[in-house]
Amino acid sequence: MDDPKKGMTLIVKTITRLTVGLILLFGIYIVSHGHVSPGGGFAGGVIISLSFIHIMLAFGEEAAFKKVNQGIASLFESFGAILFITIAAIGMGSGYFFLNFLRKGEPFKLFSSGLIPLYNIAISFKVASGLFMIVILLMLLKIPKKGEKQ
Amino acid sequence: MSVYFLCLVLFCIGLYCILRKRNLIKIIIGIAIVEYAVNLFFILVGYRMNGRVPIYSPDQTIRDMVDPLPQALVLTSIVIGLAVTALIAAIAMRVYEKYGTFDITKIKKLKG
Amino acid sequence: MLELQILLVFMIIGALIAVKTKDLLSSVIALGTVGLALSLAFLVLKSPDLAIAQLVVEILCVIILIRATIRKDLPFSTSGRWFVNTLIVLVFIGVFLTFGYFCMKDLPRFGEPEMRIAQTFLSMGLKETGATNLVTSVVLDYRAYDTLGEATILFTAVIAVLAVMRRVGRKK
Repeated sequence: MDDPKKGMTLIVKTITRLTVGLILLFGIYIVSHGHVSPGGGFAGGVIISLSFIHIMLAFGEEAAFKKVNQGIASLFESFGAILFITIAAIGMGSGYFFLNFLRKGEPFKLFSSGLIPLYNIAISFKVASGLFMIVILLMLLKIPKKGEKQ
Repeated sequence: MSVYFLCLVLFCIGLYCILRKRNLIKIIIGIAIVEYAVNLFFILVGYRMNGRVPIYSPDQTIRDMVDPLPQALVLTSIVIGLAVTALIAAIAMRVYEKYGTFDITKIKKLKG
Repeated sequence: MLELQILLVFMIIGALIAVKTKDLLSSVIALGTVGLALSLAFLVLKSPDLAIAQLVVEILCVIILIRATIRKDLPFSTSGRWFVNTLIVLVFIGVFLTFGYFCMKDLPRFGEPEMRIAQTFLSMGLKETGATNLVTSVVLDYRAYDTLGEATILFTAVIAVLAVMRRVGRKK
């Protein structure tokens, strides 16, 4: 991870090592408190994917691929989609699609409002891995300079 | 009323950029500006004067909140806009790799 | 709402700079300022969910567009019917603005929305869904089919980028 030739300079790498955990933690906070405060699955998912993109920009592509590679991102995206559909389809057993069948709980608490936190977690998986995969694919394309054939 | 008109002017700047510019990156920028204007217009229609954020708090009554329905629609629209922008950027990079230019008047050859 | 008008004028100036600059990298950065001003405008309009989402999405959008800007220079050519084309586009935009201004008189006035469905959401939301954030309760409970469609569009976009970017199958 500390190859001095790849990525940016030493200052950027040190600051990245200090802050990237905090960014990931903030994304998880935004996702898990989406039903009692501003935030939710979309914004939290984009923040989680930004933390991995931060590693990729500072340390080069190889360091980020040690943590998350393309196969794992694809797996998590499919997992998020299947989780979302499955939770929605369980409601069919006692009524209709997207039925919120759990107990509502007490308002203003973290464990309340039935299935909505689970939907938030599924959407955050999907958005985070999908956007990370798009950025990986855009970064990996090598464009040859004008005039030289590949 | 003047706020609506300024939002329409922003839309028209993006429309001019899409219709008149020849560079592919400039066209992507125009599409992004149009998308911002449309998102802002949805929220402007649902705003209530001196309203409150549509989030309950334990010590306040539920009157005078702004409309939560356009906010929910725009929340999905923002993420879709990002995915579409990334898709157009990917196609533009492939076009540059094939033809060596971003100019849309020079991209005429169908094969080779 | 003077601060809203100031923010909108700022956004219009940023958009004009983004359209008119010759350097492509400066143009992308001017687009970034427009998005950040839009995030502030959402905060003024009492919608903090959208402010957070717009802020982080704008950062990712600028990263993607800077990656896509491979050559910075922008060849400016006045060949062909440059004057006629610009005139036609400007006349069309003028007609569009005029009709848009007359259509705006039928809209509800700014600050007094018609909230027929939203009144039900506001009064029954906490009792029926249990979520204190009403935007989340609309996104994930009342109108969850919209979210399902959004997930489908995101999945399709990722697959399309994969199909455009892959190299396998092209060399024979």
